[in-house]
Amino acid sequence: MNEKSRFQMLWSLFWTFAKMGVMTFGGGMAMLPILQREVVDNKAWATEEELTDYYAIGQCTPGIIAVNTATFIGQRQAGVAGGIAATLGVVFPSVVIISLLAGLITNFSHLEWVKNAFAGIQVCVCVLIFNAVVKLLKKSVVDKRTAAIFLLVLVGSLFLNLSPVWFVILAALAGIALKTLEVRRS
Amino acid sequence: MIYLQLFWEFFKTGLFAVGGGMATLPFLQAIGESTGWYSYTDLMNMLAVSESTPGPIGINMATYVGFTAAGIPGAVVATVGEVTPSIIVILIVAAILQQFRNSETVNRAFYGLRPASTGLIGAACGAVILEVLTHVEKAAQGGGLWNRFVLEGEALFRWPGLLLAVVLLVLTNWVPKVKKFHPIVFIGLSAVVGVAFGFASL
Repeated sequence: MNEKSRFQMLWSLFWTFAKMGVMTFGGGMAMLPILQREVVDNKAWATEEELTDYYAIGQCTPGIIAVNTATFIGQRQAGVAGGIAATLGVVFPSVVIISLLAGLITNFSHLEWVKNAFAGIQVCVCVLIFNAVVKLLKKSVVDKRTAAIFLLVLVGSLFLNLSPVWFVILAALAGIALKTLEVRRS
Repeated sequence: MIYLQLFWEFFKTGLFAVGGGMATLPFLQAIGESTGWYSYTDLMNMLAVSESTPGPIGINMATYVGFTAAGIPGAVVATVGEVTPSIIVILIVAAILQQFRNSETVNRAFYGLRPASTGLIGAACGAVILEVLTHVEKAAQGGGLWNRFVLEGEALFRWPGLLLAVVLLVLTNWVPKVKKFHPIVFIGLSAVVGVAFGFASL
């Protein structure tokens, strides 16, 4: 690839993912149909199977799923620089929109009706998080041992003043230990 | 140096939050607690705005938290901090794709990581419910190992909020068609109810 077409590729990655960032409303899951249209149908950067693969890996690597998938597709097209261009693209609209909104909200947050609106919204956020937890429970708690890990982390994180980092490290080790024991036994 | 601290805190969040945007919530709570940049209630408002604006929720929240801590440069630093581990991890995984996909160790680690991630979000959810729907406050006691739970005020429950929560729970889970609506609909509805009944002073 020569200098010019390489720059065009990086720009195309940035721009396409920036458009997808604007169109994604609500995060990772909502992004898949848009990814299919843009990446598979319009740009032919990946086949349907490859995309499903990248998406699955995006879900089981740390970080935001949309970002992981973007990095992956960018890397496949144009190496490390491609991965970075796609990632910057997907976060660009968020940084602009949220910075504008946050400034606006800070200016109006002392108004009585804004306070009331947010007090109502907070109740809704509680319910939305609760629904998310229930949905995740169905996928992540598959037997007695995963149920035990869930409960231990839930109670531990609520009552102990300890960084979530420790729970994540311990749970990964526990997963490896439990599964390895199971394999040895059978 | 606040920018360095922001970058580091969000780098950790991006590296250890497994399972998407909502998984960053417990980390953001912990950052708020240890730095005092924002309260639980602030974080709830940021989450609501993040769900109602375009863009992945996790990125929106990182940007918002960064903005709250240190303005527009803060927003940029926090977001870059959060995606840096993703870029590093994915570039490594892409290079060893075959080994990664077939790795027994990775599968085993995720067997433990998935329920733990749900547990962390569950605990964040619990803390948020205590804060919004009851008069119980969770307070990390001056760096001690145990959290304390204190009853602020005479009544245990905030009844108007609890009532709205039950209505929303039913609407989002059991009412056909309505439950498929985008969260922004329910957020808007709750804002209207909040204004109509003066929720902030109830």
